[in-house]
Amino acid sequence: MKISHIVWKELFERKNQLFTSFLAIILGITVIVAIRNIMNYSEKAVAKELDALGANILILPKSATVQDYYSADMQDEVFPEEYVTRLTTSDLQGLDNLSPKLSFSVPIQNKQWILTGILPKQEFQGKAAWQGVGIFSKPENCGTVPDASQNSKPDPGALSRKRVIETLLLDEILVGADTAAALNLKDGGSVAMMGTPFTIAGILPSTGTIDDSRIFAHLHTVQDMAGKGPVLNAIEVVGCCNAISGGLVGKINRLLPEAKVLTITQVVDTQIKTNRLMARLSMLFLGIIVIVGGASIANYMYANVFERRQEIAIMMAMGATSGFVLRLFLIKALVIGIVGGVAGYFIGTGMAVYLGPKIAAIPVLPMPSLLLWALGISIVLNVGASVFPALRATKLDPSTVLQEA
Amino acid sequence: MIHIENAHKTYTHHAEEVTALDRVTLKIEAGEFVSIVGPSGSGKSTLLLLMGGMLSPTSGTVSIDNTDIYDLPPNERSRFRGQHIGFLFQRFHLIPYLTAMENVMVPFLLQGDGGEAASQRATQLLSRVQLEQRFDHKPGELSVGQQQRVALARMLANDPPVILADEPTGNLDPETGGAIIDFLLELNKTGKTIVMVTHTPEAARMTSRSIRLTNGAFVN
Repeated sequence: MKISHIVWKELFERKNQLFTSFLAIILGITVIVAIRNIMNYSEKAVAKELDALGANILILPKSATVQDYYSADMQDEVFPEEYVTRLTTSDLQGLDNLSPKLSFSVPIQNKQWILTGILPKQEFQGKAAWQGVGIFSKPENCGTVPDASQNSKPDPGALSRKRVIETLLLDEILVGADTAAALNLKDGGSVAMMGTPFTIAGILPSTGTIDDSRIFAHLHTVQDMAGKGPVLNAIEVVGCCNAISGGLVGKINRLLPEAKVLTITQVVDTQIKTNRLMARLSMLFLGIIVIVGGASIANYMYANVFERRQEIAIMMAMGATSGFVLRLFLIKALVIGIVGGVAGYFIGTGMAVYLGPKIAAIPVLPMPSLLLWALGISIVLNVGASVFPALRATKLDPSTVLQEA
Repeated sequence: MIHIENAHKTYTHHAEEVTALDRVTLKIEAGEFVSIVGPSGSGKSTLLLLMGGMLSPTSGTVSIDNTDIYDLPPNERSRFRGQHIGFLFQRFHLIPYLTAMENVMVPFLLQGDGGEAASQRATQLLSRVQLEQRFDHKPGELSVGQQQRVALARMLANDPPVILADEPTGNLDPETGGAIIDFLLELNKTGKTIVMVTHTPEAARMTSRSIRLTNGAFVN
């Protein structure tokens, strides 16, 4: 016979008390596991959505607004192209892709069109200062945006999604879907702007954005046409969403204090708010379980020590040391902790899988890693709350107890 | 074997000092069967607990086999008790959720031996008190006489040289009580030193020496 045998048999001797005690711990762990599980999948959903947006950070001139950017009506506001150098030579982590832009309006066939200068990737590779700084290498565990360098063949359509294009000659242009339709432009054709002839390298697929009404040319060509020198009026950044949560925007702000740095979070705003609510709820329930669950366990253990005082006294009379008595109660707390943690994990996971789609509108799958987490909290809480009652048991005076009644 | 020297025990009850034992001195030789008699509240149980290392005297010493038991640290005293002293109580104090067999196994477990050998020894002990058919019965499923016999078997688990019995027949009918006394006499014949507190004159007459305690002091 082992001490665990005594603990096990005693547990089932007082089933009602055991049930109440288990209920407190299981409920607490269930709620925390469910919240954390949903929160985790909600965060993944945010990450996925941010990745799907392509560029998720905008660097604009200080006085420009995000509306200016979306309407491409910001020709007057510029900042130096040197900002790109600052970014590429910095030690910032989590910058997937950079796309510097300069836009201004050009007349074609008596109508104004937005001409946007972009820098193809080959230009980055051509500048020694911009090489090897990880701009085009995806950090580990980053978003799902594919690396542009993986495409060996130039793909004008990639511009819509990745915000970069592999190659674009100084006399080539890419034409947005709406512009091409309005001007009846074809892939491989040519068009003149401000007296300069351009070859159409590609017609961009329709995106439903302002890009459909743009014409893209090489940045340096556009800068020459605008006559403003090496300036930009936007840098689109594909940032790793983990890095964005980790304060990438603030770091860029510190690096470029003269510019305005914005994140495109409106689309996932609800999801982010849900995550924040979940995080707060998780902490709240953790606090509640520590207080209520801990008090419940401690109360149960104190009552258990009182009920078992004769049993403890007789064991002491038979030679039980204080260490033995302490183990008797702490092993019991450990058993309750393990069972409570495991049960709480499974019920909480079930709740998360069922309620996740209803609460956060996202699919939720079980997370085995939360089992360790649930076990840790449950065991620490149970054993921690049982230490003082167990110590009280070791200090029982067997002579007084055995003379009772 | 047991040597109590000038042991004095006082309690404080409602801010008043109560003397439970009044400077008693007693020597009990190995192999003696001593009964302690006296009216309720005379200090009999206090004396027994004092001998058992369960209740330290306010002053004086208690030695068993030349070991001053109250000089030992608490855990050492517990171990000493487990190896040298067997208790038998009027209320049996069996652990209610353990079977007869498991109750008898507890002293072995406390000495760090809960294995097969201990199980065989527990089987022998329960057979010795004629409870072969009750190994798996919990105390609540046994008669009071059977419960006291389980307590006897448990007391003998570690083969203690000293047995301290506090009114062991107090809860039993005369016939069952007589059987318990017979059993203690038999144990005494094997060399066990027994000290028994009793209210029963017949039981006291069976012992080799009877000591009367009144108001915490011995009387002739």
